[in-house]
Amino acid sequence: MSQLGAFFDNVWVDAFWRLLVVLGLMVFVVLALTYVERKFIGRIQMRLGPMRTGPYGVFQPIADMMKILLKEDLRPASADRLAFELAPFLAFVPVFLTLLVLPFTARWSVRVLDLGLLYFLAVSGLTVLGYIVAGWASDSKYALIGAMRTAAQLISYEVPLVLAVLALSMLAGSLNLVAIVRDQGRVPFIIWQPLGFFLFMAAAVSDLTRRPFDVAAAESEVAGGPWIEYSGIRWSILYALTEYTNMFALCVLASLIFLGGWDWPLGLKWGWPWQLVLMFGKTMTLILVIMWINATFPRVRVDQLMSFCWKLLLPLAFAQIFLNGLVLVYHWPDWTFLVTSGVTLLVAGYVVYTRLPLGAPSRIVARSAV
Amino acid sequence: MVTEQERKLETIDINVNVGPQHPATHGVFRMVLTVSGERVVDVVPHIGYMHRGAEKLSENVDYRQGLIYQDRTEYLAQFNAEMCYCMAVERLAGLEPPERAQYIRIILSELNRITSHYMFIGAFATDTGVYGTAFTYAFREREYIQEIFDALTGDRMMYGYFRPGGVVWDVPADFKERVRWVCGQTRVGIDDIDRLLTTNEIFITRCRDIGVISRPDAIDYGLSGPMLRACGLPFDLRRNDPYSIYDRFEFDIPTGTHGDVYDRYLVRMEEMRQSVRIVEQALEQMPDGPIMPEKAPRRLRLPPGEVYMRTENPRGEYGIYLVSKGGEKPYRLKIRSACLSNLTALKQMIVGHYVADAVVILGSVDIVLGEVDR
Repeated sequence: MSQLGAFFDNVWVDAFWRLLVVLGLMVFVVLALTYVERKFIGRIQMRLGPMRTGPYGVFQPIADMMKILLKEDLRPASADRLAFELAPFLAFVPVFLTLLVLPFTARWSVRVLDLGLLYFLAVSGLTVLGYIVAGWASDSKYALIGAMRTAAQLISYEVPLVLAVLALSMLAGSLNLVAIVRDQGRVPFIIWQPLGFFLFMAAAVSDLTRRPFDVAAAESEVAGGPWIEYSGIRWSILYALTEYTNMFALCVLASLIFLGGWDWPLGLKWGWPWQLVLMFGKTMTLILVIMWINATFPRVRVDQLMSFCWKLLLPLAFAQIFLNGLVLVYHWPDWTFLVTSGVTLLVAGYVVYTRLPLGAPSRIVARSAV
Repeated sequence: MVTEQERKLETIDINVNVGPQHPATHGVFRMVLTVSGERVVDVVPHIGYMHRGAEKLSENVDYRQGLIYQDRTEYLAQFNAEMCYCMAVERLAGLEPPERAQYIRIILSELNRITSHYMFIGAFATDTGVYGTAFTYAFREREYIQEIFDALTGDRMMYGYFRPGGVVWDVPADFKERVRWVCGQTRVGIDDIDRLLTTNEIFITRCRDIGVISRPDAIDYGLSGPMLRACGLPFDLRRNDPYSIYDRFEFDIPTGTHGDVYDRYLVRMEEMRQSVRIVEQALEQMPDGPIMPEKAPRRLRLPPGEVYMRTENPRGEYGIYLVSKGGEKPYRLKIRSACLSNLTALKQMIVGHYVADAVVILGSVDIVLGEVDR
């Protein structure tokens, strides 16, 4: 027994089995999320979603996966072969790498890094490379336009995302995800940083290229964007696997750093199963919110997307950092975080709402009836 | 002087082909966009993929049979097109449909206007990027009306229910109750879509001041229907050139103020409410009686002559120009398509906007390719 224990204590073996768990988790999450999204959006749209494969269609993702695996791997004759085949992995690998630093309970993660937050942001920023390569290699104009849009979008929105997280790490005084969660034992950071949470989620939705920020894939404009020429398993890696894993990772991160992770509100005395329940509950809530927005919002235009980022999110992110700095430097009480951040968010919302080019809706010219 | 290095870095405009197989083209329309970055600098529309020669085909069949080509031409507002055709034939033949038939026609035409606008809203919302939700909302409501059509005519698309002189058979006994119920349901349905789309900030920013066309330009291009009324011109054939019994109903003609995409959407939303009003009034007034004239000839022979009949269809002025040289078949039948005229303004509306706007503008024209290509 002690031999076996020693075997598992070996640092490489330890890393390996933890990686396997994360890999399994990722595959499960992707399959589950495709099902959940179809069901959830189906309900929003007054449909049932998949119902035929298994009870309530639960085997639909498996059927989909088999179909995708059996499909012919098409490649346009004029595509750049090496780049075309490499692109899905360029997009997917960074997303998978982000999962390595995410703790799921107080004691379980692949590796706890002191700079975990920084690592997460740095690595997830690489995904854009895969999309650009995919768009360029496909030798299609739709794909190229989509790739250019993706590049502009993801790189722009990386900035407010990082700044929002930076503002938050000022509160926690750490970039270690476990330490940040421990810090929120009593009050989750969303209470202190409503503006930061808004910025983070807005940037995250954009990072996932979901509505209202899905200009990259925009079916009605560029008919699928960078992955228009992909089919079968490559499409699956580039689109489904990357996107859902990314969504899961970002929502886990948000529930760790803003919603108190496994700690709030139950504390640690309940043991790891409850910590897992808390974590996945919070994560799923955020994921469903993103899907809800995805189902009901129209898409912004590409210039509106850019001005939303640079003219609104970025100044607000700087404001959040500045306000946090003020509170910390002058040692104001904790609740001033909430007041400054919340008031800024409300004022910004009000200004944006009143200054939108809404105009007065056209009204009816009532003409004399016979 | 341009050096070799600079020439390599020169930016060029690229042509992007949108259609005929593209999710945004509403059928088989094709436009070739010349884009500079994200801006459209030129657009060349290509039509004709759905040309089936409806006008020529109509010349080879008699007046009764020619009706079905109207269904297939204007496949989203079939009753309106059938009505125009029937009235053209009636005007030349000197037939007067009985009262009851007139009311049935009005009710069905207005209901069909509602279904057509529901179709527009669903497709248009998809163009602006809503992920099918507005589409299913619109289609649920559309389906209620569709079921009435189905029960009445036995068909979901190619009704063939009107006849020169009246309608082919009388409406079922529960027709009035069903239509009354659907009127109430439609009001609810429009309010649902209102809440989903009309006040959505993103939807407004996407549509406001996009594809603006001025009132003089609109008249010069020969626009009609909601496209024209969105420019602020209250021109509606039901009011300005009343046909059938439209002069008996109270209804408003919605107009826009900006002439942009958002106004076209609002005008159509309001038109649906007005159509409900007309249907409700028609239900109140509908008398009993015959549905075909007493002395309707079995084989319709028209005297020599020509006639132009125009009706206000959901998409604008739908016209039938009919030339008869006597006999059972038309000598010439020309269809004036509202969509085709509305499409001519496409270039002026699109050029200078973004690629994403081009899709929305095309959606706002609300084309039916069967009618454009005929």
